[in-house]
Amino acid sequence: MSFTEIVFYAFSTLMVVSATGVITSKNPVHSVLLLVLTFFSTAAIWMLLEAEFLAITLVLVYVGAVMVLFLFVVMMLDINITMIREGFLKNPIQLLIAILFGCVMLGLMAIVVGPENFGLAQIAEPARHAADYSNTKELGRILYTDYVYPFEIAAVILLVAIVAAIALTMRRRPETKYQTPGKQIRVKKEDRLRIVKMKAEKEQ
Amino acid sequence: MIPLSSYLILAAIMFSLSIAGIFINRKNVIILLMCIELMLLAVNINFIAFSHYLGDSAGQVFVFFILTVAAAEAAIGLAILVVLFRNRHTINVAELDSMKG
Repeated sequence: MSFTEIVFYAFSTLMVVSATGVITSKNPVHSVLLLVLTFFSTAAIWMLLEAEFLAITLVLVYVGAVMVLFLFVVMMLDINITMIREGFLKNPIQLLIAILFGCVMLGLMAIVVGPENFGLAQIAEPARHAADYSNTKELGRILYTDYVYPFEIAAVILLVAIVAAIALTMRRRPETKYQTPGKQIRVKKEDRLRIVKMKAEKEQ
Repeated sequence: MIPLSSYLILAAIMFSLSIAGIFINRKNVIILLMCIELMLLAVNINFIAFSHYLGDSAGQVFVFFILTVAAAEAAIGLAILVVLFRNRHTINVAELDSMKG
């Protein structure tokens, strides 16, 4: 067994085990942390496929940003975990349907993409690139020439996502007191000061 | 020598796991969002494996765009989730039936 095979099987086992943990764990925080482990092992698999830039992007963008966002939301929402998870073990039919669907889909896909269609005899393993080959440079070259228009659309999508996320979650609490400078400037003496004419209370 | 089919079957396992996860965790919206992330990851593994074995970098560019869209989707989905929890005090899918006829 060569070194690449050992790396492949070790990281794919880790990936499948942690993905199973994500969908079966009782606590959402554990799910998020196992998802982080899944992303790390996927990044290792992508390294093996010579997609170094995307592997690092997966770690930086997914583990560094998206998963932290997930963790933030999971910890910020005060969820009643026991109530949410009650249907999982009490309802074996649901579990059975899930296993059945998963196995049927996996079986069908394995028939299509199995070794008889995509084995080494059909598609040979390509030669490794030279040591001075830069995956980032190659990706950047076609990203800024052939795919520059989709690249700009992706930038707009990210901008829309930022605006949407802020617009959705921003709120003004009705009970919070804050100043309105316009009203403060426009105020007149009559609004604040009231002169009451009244008789002296003491007997003269 | 790892054949292309190993990577494709690995991606198929990940995709089936996330489908099973959607069936198991039908109550918790957060775990449903995580299952969608897992599905996109499985698709990305396929793209990168084909890109490597066919010697075409276009697959990696597509993975780049999928990562962008998935990040946007996660951000907006979680923002909707926060607003939902703020208004209804639950994220249980079974209780979100106010539009039921």
